Amino acid sequence: MSYAKGLVCRECGEMYDLIPLHVCELCFGPLEVAYDYDAIRANISREEIERGPQTVWRYKKLLPVGDQPLVDIQTGCTPLLKADNLGRKLGLRNLYIKNDTVNPTFSFKDRPVTVAATMARSFGFDTIACASTGNLAASVAAHGAKAEMRCVVFIPSDLETSKVTNIAVYGPTLVAIRGNYDDVNRLCAEIADRYGWAFVNINLRPYYAEGSKTLAYEVAEQLGWRAPDTVIVPTASGALFTKISRGFEELSDVGLISPAKPRMGLAQAAGCAPIVSAHEANSMTIRPVKPSTIAKSLAIGNPADGYYCLKVIKETNGLAGSVTDPEIVEGMRLLAQTEGIFGETAGGVSVGVLKKMAEAGLLDPDETIVCYVTGNGLKTPEAVASALPEPMNISANIGEFDTAFAVRQQAEPILA
Amino acid sequence: MAKRRIRLFFPTDLITEPVVYMMGKRFEVVTNIRGGEISGDSGWLYLELAGEDDEIDRAIAWAIETGVRVDPVEGDIIAG
Repeated sequence: MSYAKGLVCRECGEMYDLIPLHVCELCFGPLEVAYDYDAIRANISREEIERGPQTVWRYKKLLPVGDQPLVDIQTGCTPLLKADNLGRKLGLRNLYIKNDTVNPTFSFKDRPVTVAATMARSFGFDTIACASTGNLAASVAAHGAKAEMRCVVFIPSDLETSKVTNIAVYGPTLVAIRGNYDDVNRLCAEIADRYGWAFVNINLRPYYAEGSKTLAYEVAEQLGWRAPDTVIVPTASGALFTKISRGFEELSDVGLISPAKPRMGLAQAAGCAPIVSAHEANSMTIRPVKPSTIAKSLAIGNPADGYYCLKVIKETNGLAGSVTDPEIVEGMRLLAQTEGIFGETAGGVSVGVLKKMAEAGLLDPDETIVCYVTGNGLKTPEAVASALPEPMNISANIGEFDTAFAVRQQAEPILA
Repeated sequence: MAKRRIRLFFPTDLITEPVVYMMGKRFEVVTNIRGGEISGDSGWLYLELAGEDDEIDRAIAWAIETGVRVDPVEGDIIAG
């Protein structure tokens, strides 16, 4: 059975049945799933979750899904790594990296999409769709394949070939749209309105967004059923940020962890930081921006949940920061070269902002901090490639190696 | 008759302009304000437009020309 009791408007509180609807008919405010928390509290336990599958579906009672068949490509239960090497560099003794680069399509998007795809099929849709520049598109296409649903993915016409390949391999109908970003965005909204498809981040958005809560559940379970003190979350639309915060609250509400309110740290790329800008201006109004950053997966200039992110930051005494493109690259290198994790540009944003906050003395050296790395670096290798040293190029001759190695050792010691 | 839900963002220099009134006057569209907020230096509105598709397109294009930002109520839909 599902413990979801309906959809509720985040602005006016109007309730709706569990249907494919994302905007309140009265005030146009966004809808989210409402649960019967008393019933969940009476029927959930740590032990039951621990016996569950090694996927996000171990938290099914906290998701809007009942007994219907799951569209499951084994997402979740990704590593939470104690980052001692990175922590030492930043002066943080209890730093963890939530490594979500190892999901089936190599980003956290598999979490919301597995929920959205499951709901899409149970609502009776035959077509699943999205508009995306990369991570979401790959995830929707993969889940569409697994669900044996028709899949339509809209991409900008100038998307790089490597990214198109990462989507096309799953066999969706790919539609490349010419035009500037705003025109493409409006067209996709119109198509979503006109065709009776399951657009995961439009008409299924309330369900889709719920999947991101599992990034809080897993972290709490992996820490021994407790919330961290502070988290750093790379942020685009804001749904991930608000849902991670909600996830920790829910665990506390249903009695799985002691009451806790982690300080929520929001990380954006300086070239697309409308939420950070509003926070710094002490304003609750998001001014849309035109993105210009190498962190393409975070390039949302008009974030739907921006206002709610600002509320979460206020309520949790949270933090917000941004990093430039060179700092993003530096963050990617730092993470890879201290912890052995190759995160995409969004990971560079998280680590870059974490570093800035640590250097500014905003983080307690002994508090438990979790930094979320949400996508795999192999998706955006070009972002960091030019910042890396060239390999030593030699012929198969030991003398040549000796000389080249000695020169390199002087320039950049490899061995201690 | 088609309906479209949009979000208008008004920069500082346009907060005092009767953009929605002019939109209904210049084009064959019914404008219906459903929510919004005006602060000191900016403002936004949720607006429902009803009319023929082409006329709605023209009304939106005109609003953009005046300097108002027009988005779907969902915000940015193209995700990373």
